[in-house]
Amino acid sequence: MSVDLRPTRNGGPPKAAEPQDPRRSWRSRLARFDLKASPYIFISPFYLVFLVFGAFPLLYTLWVSLHDWGLASGTRKWVGLDNYSYLLGDEDFWHAVVNTIGIFVLSTVPQLLLALFLANALNRRMRSPTLFRIGMVAPLITSTAAVAIVFTQLFDRDFGFVNWGLDLVGIGAIDWQGNRGWSWVAISAMVNWRWIGYNALIYLAAMQAIPKDLYEAASIDGASRIRQFWQITVPMLRPTIIFTVIISTIGGLQLFTEPVLFSVGTPNRMDGGPVHQFQTVTMYMFDNAFGHDRYGYGATVAWALFLLIIVFSLLNFLFVRRTGGTK
Amino acid sequence: MRRGLTTGIATVLAGLLAVAAAGCGGDDDGGDKAGGNIELTVDIFGEFGYDQLYKQYEAAHPNVKIKQRKVDTLDNYKPRIQQWIATNSGAGDIVALEEGILPLYMQQKNKFVNLFDHGGRSLQNNFLPWKWQMGVSPDGQHLVGLGTDIGPLGMCYRKDLFKKAGLPTERDEVSKLWPTWDAYFQAGQKFTGKVSGSKWLDGPTAIFRTTVLQNSGAGPGYSFFDKSNNLVFDTNPAIKTAFDTALKFEQAKMTSDMSIFTPPWQTALKRDTFATIPCPSWMLGGIEEFSAGFGKGKWDVAAVPGGSGYWGGSWLAVPKQTKHPKEAADLAKFLTNPQGQAAAYKDKNVFPSSPQAAQDPTVSGSKSAYFSDAPVGKIFGDMAAQVKPVYLGPKNEDVRSAVENVLIAVGQGKIKPEEAWAKAVEAAKKAAR
Repeated sequence: MSVDLRPTRNGGPPKAAEPQDPRRSWRSRLARFDLKASPYIFISPFYLVFLVFGAFPLLYTLWVSLHDWGLASGTRKWVGLDNYSYLLGDEDFWHAVVNTIGIFVLSTVPQLLLALFLANALNRRMRSPTLFRIGMVAPLITSTAAVAIVFTQLFDRDFGFVNWGLDLVGIGAIDWQGNRGWSWVAISAMVNWRWIGYNALIYLAAMQAIPKDLYEAASIDGASRIRQFWQITVPMLRPTIIFTVIISTIGGLQLFTEPVLFSVGTPNRMDGGPVHQFQTVTMYMFDNAFGHDRYGYGATVAWALFLLIIVFSLLNFLFVRRTGGTK
Repeated sequence: MRRGLTTGIATVLAGLLAVAAAGCGGDDDGGDKAGGNIELTVDIFGEFGYDQLYKQYEAAHPNVKIKQRKVDTLDNYKPRIQQWIATNSGAGDIVALEEGILPLYMQQKNKFVNLFDHGGRSLQNNFLPWKWQMGVSPDGQHLVGLGTDIGPLGMCYRKDLFKKAGLPTERDEVSKLWPTWDAYFQAGQKFTGKVSGSKWLDGPTAIFRTTVLQNSGAGPGYSFFDKSNNLVFDTNPAIKTAFDTALKFEQAKMTSDMSIFTPPWQTALKRDTFATIPCPSWMLGGIEEFSAGFGKGKWDVAAVPGGSGYWGGSWLAVPKQTKHPKEAADLAKFLTNPQGQAAAYKDKNVFPSSPQAAQDPTVSGSKSAYFSDAPVGKIFGDMAAQVKPVYLGPKNEDVRSAVENVLIAVGQGKIKPEEAWAKAVEAAKKAAR
């Protein structure tokens, strides 16, 4: 049965299909609407904000990436997938991907392991626990730029504190900026220093939710502390570990400020060293979009990074689920 | 129902966007204030020496207030101005355009007020002919920018280190020591090894930029790109010669492998790290700033090896997005007129692009106390009168930094000197795409 909602020719209201008490119908309809729509309205602010600041930029970036687009020169030409096919053969891009993954591995793995041990230590009974726990987040509240500048000076080739120390113990100075592998280590040191405390705090919170009787039972059975850590604590933390791994993956693959500020030897800071020793994908993206007037190609790199992060998050998720599980 | 929902969402979205837009644009448009006052914003990088001039202008125009926004280096300024011009929002009423980025924005000349419409045509004789010409669009119809400064070349050297190495210290004798870059190299060989911990020059990039502009000015009049914007990096002999010159110093390990204005370079100026730096006039301000108390009286300026040349210099332009094109154009004219340029020179050593200003006794007779009382007005004035213009393509900066990276990598031992030229050509092609 269909209802004709079109106004009649003489402008009158459409004829109702069934005669009803108008007041009752209005109320019941309102109640039905409330029941069905209210939940959506309550959660809508998030989606609206996401639509404006998440989905729209994402799709707009895709649109930009299909153009030869220059912000400074004003060129704007549709090129379809040309940027993407160039990207696949772009050595500099893949070089940046390798750098990013290298720095990501060097920072994330020690970071999460150390955070786990640290949280375990903090979970013991100790004096003034609050002091130590708050001390953990101190690096997090210092500005990234300040951290990066100080660390860059510590790792200075000629006058840096680290090289002075290495010299003292007879190892000899390292060219932290010039050597690709060592530059990764130096940048990872900044990332680790900053984020270990944060992750430790998250692990600590999760650890405190583990029932104490599990440990008591294990103690009675004669399990050592190390055994308890690996057999009780780690499995019980699995969801938390998955969370931190994914957050670290997203952050690690988007690493930007630290390598940019570490890049003190070249005129263009986005280069990450003269032969791009530590240029990350985000630096390459920024350099193309805003440094070299290739806004379209920069957007292409951004989309490639987006896909890369999804792939890595999935891999990590599967990996952690497999190894951390007790099932 | 469906339609209603869509409209509803659209309304909410539009509202959000409006709020967001209002939030972004709220504080930077200056706008008219009560009482008909006008606020003009001037965007610059580095030092332009305008502080006194603003006060003077405000005193003469009580309804105008001037706000300056300064960014420390050109490299940090570039992304900002790009965003302002691309989005038609956020730019000051006057923006500075350096010679490396002017050709890029010349392609979007319609985003800038045509200063010919604001009495620009009569100003031509206030400027060196080539400086004037570069501010005009190729078709000659659109005046985008009015010249501010130029960077005639000299060579800064450390008198005290020269003395230790047994080299002459008086600037005239030093100038005679190096008429050519080969002679400069030989002088460097005499210096090398005499003073422990000191190299002959700061790094490969300053000498590369200097020689590129010298050779191009003396030769074809263009550098990495010809006048139709084709990349001629590997065929222009001016470039190959400049590259070989810079590479020679790298190979002989006579440089400190640093690039100007980078943090290590700034630190090195407080030590005895290097003895000479190729010095456009504005470099004096940089050395004075970073060498500070340590270098006072130790530095001096001599003639540059290898003939005449300039490096750097800027223009002032008025973006079309301004609400006060007339007032902004008037201020730009005031800042770039001969008196304005002479005053800016007095403040921050930015050498005028106006011949009248260069001949002004306060400029031509000026001495630099920091640089051992060197007669900088005369040294740079003589040079400015001789320089020949060099055409720079829109992608000049991209190619330049890519090739400089190759030279720095040679110093780091990451690229072998015999492979450097091939790598530089490859890097230039990639950067120019």
